[in-house]
Amino acid sequence: MTTAPDMHRGVRVGGWSWVWRPWNVLVTAALAALTFLVFCVSISIGDFTVELSAVVRTLVGQGERVDEFVIMDLRMPRALVGVIAGVALGISGALTQSIARNPLASPDVLGITGGASATAVFVVTAGGGAAIGGAAGLSTAALTGGLLTGLLVYFLAWKKGIDGFRLILIGVSVSALTQAITTWLLVLADIRDVARAQRWLVGSLDSRSWPEVWAALWVMAVLIVVVLVVSFQMQPLHFGDDVAAGLGVRYSAVRAVLLLSAVLLAGVGVSAAGPVPFVALVAPQITMRLTRSPVPPVVASGVFGALLLIGSDLIARTVLPNDLPVGVVTAIIGGPFLVYLLVQANVRRAA
Amino acid sequence: MTALRNDATRLGTDGVTVGYADRVVLDNLDVAIPTGVITTVIGPNGCGKSTLLRTLSRLLKPRQGTVLLDGGDIARLRTKDVAKKLGLLPQTPIAPEGLTVADLVARGRHPHQSWLRQWSSDDAEVVAKALHMTGVADLAHRPVDSLSGGQRQRVWISMTLAQGTDLLLLDEPTTYLDLAHAIDVIDLVDDLHEGGCTIVMVLHDLNLAVRYSDNLIVMKAGSIVAQGHPSDVITSDLLRDTFGLQAKVIDDPVSERPLIVPIGRTHVVSKSDRHRS
Repeated sequence: MTTAPDMHRGVRVGGWSWVWRPWNVLVTAALAALTFLVFCVSISIGDFTVELSAVVRTLVGQGERVDEFVIMDLRMPRALVGVIAGVALGISGALTQSIARNPLASPDVLGITGGASATAVFVVTAGGGAAIGGAAGLSTAALTGGLLTGLLVYFLAWKKGIDGFRLILIGVSVSALTQAITTWLLVLADIRDVARAQRWLVGSLDSRSWPEVWAALWVMAVLIVVVLVVSFQMQPLHFGDDVAAGLGVRYSAVRAVLLLSAVLLAGVGVSAAGPVPFVALVAPQITMRLTRSPVPPVVASGVFGALLLIGSDLIARTVLPNDLPVGVVTAIIGGPFLVYLLVQANVRRAA
Repeated sequence: MTALRNDATRLGTDGVTVGYADRVVLDNLDVAIPTGVITTVIGPNGCGKSTLLRTLSRLLKPRQGTVLLDGGDIARLRTKDVAKKLGLLPQTPIAPEGLTVADLVARGRHPHQSWLRQWSSDDAEVVAKALHMTGVADLAHRPVDSLSGGQRQRVWISMTLAQGTDLLLLDEPTTYLDLAHAIDVIDLVDDLHEGGCTIVMVLHDLNLAVRYSDNLIVMKAGSIVAQGHPSDVITSDLLRDTFGLQAKVIDDPVSERPLIVPIGRTHVVSKSDRHRS
C-alpha cells in the first residue's frame, strides 16, 4: 500500500467514472480465468477425453463435427448449469450477507434452500414426479418453493425494518421446519420416489439439457443486471440504516429489491443444481479475503461460486469414486479453505 | 411558525408530534434552529432529545406537523437532495471490519454520486479536505476498527463533513469517550462551526453543552422547557426542575459561561464545617 493520503484514484471512461481498485480487479480477473480453465477441462474430461485445444476451438466455433457433438450437445449443458448455479449462489450469498450485515446469513440459513428442497421432495413423492413434466417441472417447483419460503422469512422478520439478527433467527427456525417436512415426506414416501428425491437433494449436475440452460441463464442475466444497478445504492447500507438514510439512501426499498433478487438467484441456483450446500455461504467470505475487501464483493463472489461448483463437480467425477454428489465436495473443499483463511488472519493479527 | 419566518433559520419544526406505537414522545413541538451557531439539545434520559434530532434529520416521520428545511417540507423533498444539505452522524455507528478510514470518509460523497459517476476529482478533493480538517489524514490507510474511540469519532465526523453540507446533526458525538477525547472531539465540532457550519447536537455532559453551545434547547418529557444562550438558560432552579439535580451554578473560571457544580448526597462540605475551619 502507498502512504499518500489520497488512495482513491478514479478511472474514467467517457462520462463514466469509478474508483480504481487494481487488486480487486486483478483477483476477479484471475478467478474468472481460472474458472474458464476449469470449465474447459471439465468439458474435455468424460467417458473419453477431448483435447483441451479442441475444446477451445469448438467453443469459438472452429471445432470438428465429432467434437462439436460431444461438447455442445453432451457436456456443455452440464458445465454451463454448473457455472450458472455457482454464479447465482455466490451472488445470492454476497447479497444476503451484506443485507443482514452478518456472514452467517446465507440462503441456506435463511430458509430459501430448505424451502426449495421441501417443495421438490413433495413434488417427487406426492405427485409421482413424472406427472409434472420431469426435470423442468421439478426445477420450477423448487424455484417457487424457495421463493415463497424466502418471502415468508422476510415478512416474519419484518418489524419496522429488517434487523439482521432477527432475520437469521427466523431463517434458522423456518429452515428447521422445512427440513422436518422434507424428512417426514421421505419417511412416508414410496422407496423408489425416495431414491429419486435423494438424488436431487444431494445436488448434482448430471444429465442437463439446453432448455434448462437457457431458462436458468435468462432469469439469472436479468437478476444480475438488477443487482449491478442497485448495488451502488447498497454500499452505504454496510454502515447501518441510520447512516445510509443520512446519505440519502432509501434503504428499505433498496434492501427489499436486493433481498428479492437474492432469493430469486438462490432459487435459480438450487433449482438448477439442487441444494448444493456451502457455496453461497463460503464464496463471499473467501472472495472478501482474497480481494481484501471489507464487504462481500458481488461480482467476485459470483465468479468464485462458479469456480467452486464446477471445480467440485470436476473433482467429484475424476479424483473421487463414482457418483459422489457435487455437494459433498463443495463442503469438503470450501469448509477447510475458509477455516484456513480465518486462522491465517488470526495469526497475522497476533504477530 | 412565527419563529420560522426568521431569515436566520434554515431548519425547524412546525407543530411536530412524534411517537412510537401508543406512546407520544414529542408533543406538538415548534423548534427553530438558528443558522451559523452550535445548538445543543439537553435534557434527562428519555426526554426525547434523540427523537427530536432524528425527526429533524428525517429519520423519523412525524405523525403530525412538518419539519421544514429551507422552507420546504422535508418529507416531500427527495432524500438524496436532503443529504446534500444536511449531514447526520447517528449514535455509535459501526463500520465493517477492515474498512479503511479513506474508504469510510469517501462514502460521505454518496449523495453527490450516481451509478455512472461513482468517483470524480471533486470527490477526491473534498475527501482529502475532510480528512485534513478532522486531523485523520495520517490514518487514511488504517482500518477504522483499529483506531481508538476518539479517533474513530473524528473519522465519522470526517465522513459527515465529506458530504459537503453546512448543516450538521450530531447525536451524542462524545458517547463512550473519556473526558480528554470528548474535549478533543468537541473542539473539532467547534472548529467546524468556526468554519461556517450550523450544528445541532445532543449531549449528555451539561458542562460541555454549556461551554460550547451558543443556543441550548432544554427538553423534558417531550416538550421544550427553555431555549436560549447558556448564560440566560442555566440556573439551579432549571437544573432542579428539569433534571432533578441539586446543583450550584457558578461563574466558570476559564470561560465566560456558567459552570454547573452538582451537589450529591455525600462529600459535600456543609456550611457549619466551613465555619469551623
